[in-house]
Amino acid sequence: MNAIEVRDLHKHYGSHRAVAGIDLQVREGEVFALLGPNGAGKTTTTEILEGYRQRDNGTVRVLGQDPGTAGRDWRATIGIVLQTATDAAELTVRETIKHFRGYYPNPRAVEDVIDLCGLREKVNARVRSLSGGQRRRVDVALGIIGRPRLLFLDEPTTGFDPEARRQFWDLVRTLSGEGTTILLTTHYLDEAEALADRLAVIAAGRIVAEGTPRTVGGRDRAPATVSWVDGAGPHEVRTTDPIGTVVQLDGRGGISGLQVRQPSLEDIYLDLIGASA
Amino acid sequence: MTTALALPSSTTALPSTLRTGLSRGGVELRMFFRDKGAVIFTFSFPAIVLALLGSINDEPGPGSPMSQVLAASMIAYGILSTAFISIGTGIANDREDGTLKRLRGTPVNAGAYFIGKTVLVAVASLAEVALLLAVGVLMFDLELPTDPGRWLTFGWLLALSIVACTLLGIAASGLARTARSAAAVLNLPVLVLQFTSGVFVHISSLPEAMVRVAAFFPVRWMGQGFRSVFLPDSMAAGEVAGSWEHPVTALVLGAWCLIGLVLCLTTFRWTDKRAG
Ligand SMILES: Nc1ncnc2c1ncn2[C@@H]1O[C@H](COP(=O)(O)OP(=O)(O)OP(=O)(O)O)[C@@H](O)[C@H]1O
Ligand SMILES: [Mg+2]
Repeated sequence: MNAIEVRDLHKHYGSHRAVAGIDLQVREGEVFALLGPNGAGKTTTTEILEGYRQRDNGTVRVLGQDPGTAGRDWRATIGIVLQTATDAAELTVRETIKHFRGYYPNPRAVEDVIDLCGLREKVNARVRSLSGGQRRRVDVALGIIGRPRLLFLDEPTTGFDPEARRQFWDLVRTLSGEGTTILLTTHYLDEAEALADRLAVIAAGRIVAEGTPRTVGGRDRAPATVSWVDGAGPHEVRTTDPIGTVVQLDGRGGISGLQVRQPSLEDIYLDLIGASA
Repeated sequence: MTTALALPSSTTALPSTLRTGLSRGGVELRMFFRDKGAVIFTFSFPAIVLALLGSINDEPGPGSPMSQVLAASMIAYGILSTAFISIGTGIANDREDGTLKRLRGTPVNAGAYFIGKTVLVAVASLAEVALLLAVGVLMFDLELPTDPGRWLTFGWLLALSIVACTLLGIAASGLARTARSAAAVLNLPVLVLQFTSGVFVHISSLPEAMVRVAAFFPVRWMGQGFRSVFLPDSMAAGEVAGSWEHPVTALVLGAWCLIGLVLCLTTFRWTDKRAG
């Protein structure tokens, strides 16, 4: 069964088409990343899947149910980390997590979640007093306390320092290892590359490319860049046969600073976004 | 891929609405009393106003001194403040800071959320009334009744007033576009009604038309009701009808409970409607 099934999804605000026909399948147990520029429609799509917003058209199945009408039992099986929130300011971190634990039939242990989310040092601090990145970790903690089968993460690592980001990646891998399906929205391409089994790039409300981080947008077939410096200065060529190019250069001599680069996910992404704009 | 999932099937039952609601009540109370701004401005404010107004109007006259009349009437203000205003601003805040949105994404339902708010209002209102009575007794020699009949009146009056104000506060929370404007939006009717209903000034000194209009709203009846509990019966002569009018009071407050309920059920939104 697919955890998420979306066909021909549409949503507009006034005359603005925020989502203009999206098809999406996320398999159970998969980590799926949504990429795309600001305003592409990622949050709109995610919040329709979470049951917050009503769609104008299309069919949506999330864990087998229509999020627009699903009930409490369904909500107990999903976890949500929203893009923005500033609530629960006067409670401490532990109180907040403990309180949310009580909402679920089969929750994780509070202390486990505190450790998983790197909140141990701040357990007794009021949420109001936390830094942006620490606040975000609380959001993540509240998203996973209920042991969801499907976890939505909308830009979860915004404001994380590099170490916290790596810890968060480990957390996602742990959850994924336990079988949790994860739909992740992010602007960090290294994050998508590190975590996602598959990903889709959205631009202007449509999916412009879909695949694994290695193959999306024809990345595996795209030309590599070979660059070097010789007596005449620096050179750079794009070629589908980088080995051949290097062998040719070998015959010439006087070459320094030789580099062969496959296109990064970022190169592919920027090409896709540029082409669709 | 579906086979080796280490996830438990959701065979365990969801926590009941009541249990979740009471747990929410606990955190609502903690959050309210930890927020110093709320404690000072919503909670202590009626007591401060009573202390000031009572001290200004403390000369003895015929019957009970005006300070005692104020002390009784201002219980209505206390309930308006902890039930109507703080619930209304509280929900507007919950809508704006994402509390309601986050809850909407969990198994918490509206029932549990409102049970939590009810616990908050009940505890805060009782504490508020106790504080006002303490000021009345300590500063203005208000005498607490010994007759159980009066306490019975106090009981139903308190219950009807709290329920009506809370429901109306919930409904009114939707009127404010932002949490910041909510305090102003909710304070305006409270202040206007208190002046026109004889809470801040003696009702016998108000123009007749004003008194007639105010009689449609709950504040007039709350004030009159609480005066009937804490002032001697001889003071009933100073009321509009020359009596305490308990049956009408119960009827009007009961009607506002119903109106409030209908308004809540028809207007409550989890999120701001502009959120899509
Ligand atoms: N409630 C709303 N009312 C009107 N327009 C909206 C609403 N929500 C989103 N939009 C518009 O829909 C488009 C898609 O917004 P959305 O929030 O889905 O983008 P996003 O891909 O999540 O962007 P970001 O990367 O900045 O988070 C934007 O043009 C936005 O202005
Ligand atoms: Mg977004």
